[in-house]
Amino acid sequence: MIKFLSQFGRYFLLLKKVFSRPEKPYVYYKQTMHELVYLGFYSVGIVSIISFFMGAVITLQTAYNTENPIYPTYLIGLGCRDSIILEFSSTISALILAGKVGSNIASEIGTMRVTEQIDALEMMGVNSASYLILPKIIATLLFFPILTLLSICVGILGGWLAGTSAGVITSENFIYGIQYAFIPYYITYSLIKTVVFAFIITSVSSFQGYYVDGGSLEVGRASTKAVVFSSVLILLFNVVLTQLLLS
Amino acid sequence: MISVRHLEKWFNDNHVLNDISVTFETGKTNLIIGRSGSGKTVLLKSIVGLHEVDSGEIWFEDVLFNKLNFTEKKNIRKEMGMLFQGSALFDSLTVEQNIQFPLDMFTDNTQEEKIERVNFCLNRVNIKNANKLFPSELSGGMKKRVAIARAISLKPKYLFCDEPNSGLDPPNAILIDALIKEITEEYLITTIVNTHDMNSVIEIGENIVFINEGSICWEGNKDEILHSDNKILNDFVFANALAKKLRNPQK
Repeated sequence: MIKFLSQFGRYFLLLKKVFSRPEKPYVYYKQTMHELVYLGFYSVGIVSIISFFMGAVITLQTAYNTENPIYPTYLIGLGCRDSIILEFSSTISALILAGKVGSNIASEIGTMRVTEQIDALEMMGVNSASYLILPKIIATLLFFPILTLLSICVGILGGWLAGTSAGVITSENFIYGIQYAFIPYYITYSLIKTVVFAFIITSVSSFQGYYVDGGSLEVGRASTKAVVFSSVLILLFNVVLTQLLLS
Repeated sequence: MISVRHLEKWFNDNHVLNDISVTFETGKTNLIIGRSGSGKTVLLKSIVGLHEVDSGEIWFEDVLFNKLNFTEKKNIRKEMGMLFQGSALFDSLTVEQNIQFPLDMFTDNTQEEKIERVNFCLNRVNIKNANKLFPSELSGGMKKRVAIARAISLKPKYLFCDEPNSGLDPPNAILIDALIKEITEEYLITTIVNTHDMNSVIEIGENIVFINEGSICWEGNKDEILHSDNKILNDFVFANALAKKLRNPQK
C-alpha cells in the first residue's frame, strides 16, 4: 500500500514537472510536430486496419444474431454505428494504442534514462520531464481524437462492405440504419473518452520509462508495465466516464 | 574553481561518500581516480547536481551550488559541459543537431550563427563530414569527440568527464585525453575527469584525487603518484603486471 501511494505521489510530482513553463517554446513546438507524426500519423495504419475488420465483424455478428423477421434489417447498420461510436473506436482503439504508442514511449524514455541521455538534459539545465513528455502529451491529445474519427469512418465502411458483400443487408438498408436515430452527442462522448485515454496512455507510459533504474531488462519491464497499467486504467476510466457522460 | 566541503552521500545503508573535501582548480585537468565502485561517479554526479547530497557544500567560485533551487542551478548549469561514460548523445538527433541542441535551448542566435558554432566545435574535435550522421553511425571514439563538441558548444567554464576513454583503444584514448587537456588550457576551464585509466593519469593528471571506499585516500599530481608510499594507492596504480615490472625491474 505504501509502495502504491509512493508511486502515485511520484506520478503527480512528475506531472507537476511536465506542466511547468517551457524553456524555449519554439523547441517544444518543433518537438510536438515531430511527435504528432511519430505517435499520431504513424498509428493511422494500424487503427484503420483494426477498425475496418472490427466494423466488418460487428455487422456480421449483429446480422447473424438478429435473424428475426420482427427486427428490421436496418438495425444492423444502427447497431454497427452505435457499437463503433460508443465503444470500439474510442476504447478498443485506445487499448491498441496503449500497446503500440505506450510501449514505444516507455522504451524510448527508459532507454534515454539508462544511457544517461536524460542526465545529459538535466546537466544542461533542461527540464527533461517537460521536454520529453509534454510534446508527447500534446501530440496525442491532438491526434488521438482524429484517429477516433478515422476509426469511426473506417469501421462503418468495413461494416457496410462486409454486410453487403455477405448479403446480410442491402446497401440502402445499411445506410438508412447508420442515419437512423443518430445522436450527435455520442461523437462528443467518444471524443471526450479518447482525450482522457490519450492522456492516460502518454502520462502513464512516460512515468514508467522516466523512472527506469537499471539496464535493458528493466526497460523491457517498464514497457510491459506501461501497457498493462495503461490498459487497466483505460478500462477503469471507461466505466467512470460512461457513467458520468451517459447517465 | 570548484570546492567541495565535507560531502556525505548515503544510498540507504550504503555510505558512498564519506567526508569528501577537495578543491578543483581552474585551468587544470583535475582527476578523480579510484577502483570501480569507489564512489567516483557518485562524487562527480553530486558535484554537477545529478545526485542530491546528504550533507556538505559544493561551491562553484563563490556560489553554494547545492543549496540553489532548480531555476538558480540552471544559470550555473549553462556554464557546465559534461562528457558521459557512454557519450549520452541523443539517438534521435544527428551530430549537428546534438551539438546545436544546447544552443537552441539557451541562446537566441540565428540558425546561421548556430551552424557556424557547431562547425567550429566539430573542427575543434577534429571531426569532418559527419554533420548529418546519427550517433548509431559513429565509432566509439567519434561519439566521445562529438560529446566533447556538444559539451563545449556553450563555451563552458566547467567541464566534467566521466570515464572519457572507457571502451576506447589506447591511441584513441590518448587522443581524447589530449583533447580534454588542450581544451582545458585553451579556454581556461575547470575540468574534472573521472577515470581509472592509468594512461590518463600519467598523460593529463595535473591534480589527482584518489578515492577509496568513499573517502579521499591520497592527493597529488602525476609525478608524485609514481613515488607515493601509500599502499592502497600503489596497489591501484601498480595493479597490472607491466606496471609492477616497471616499478621493480629487478623482480
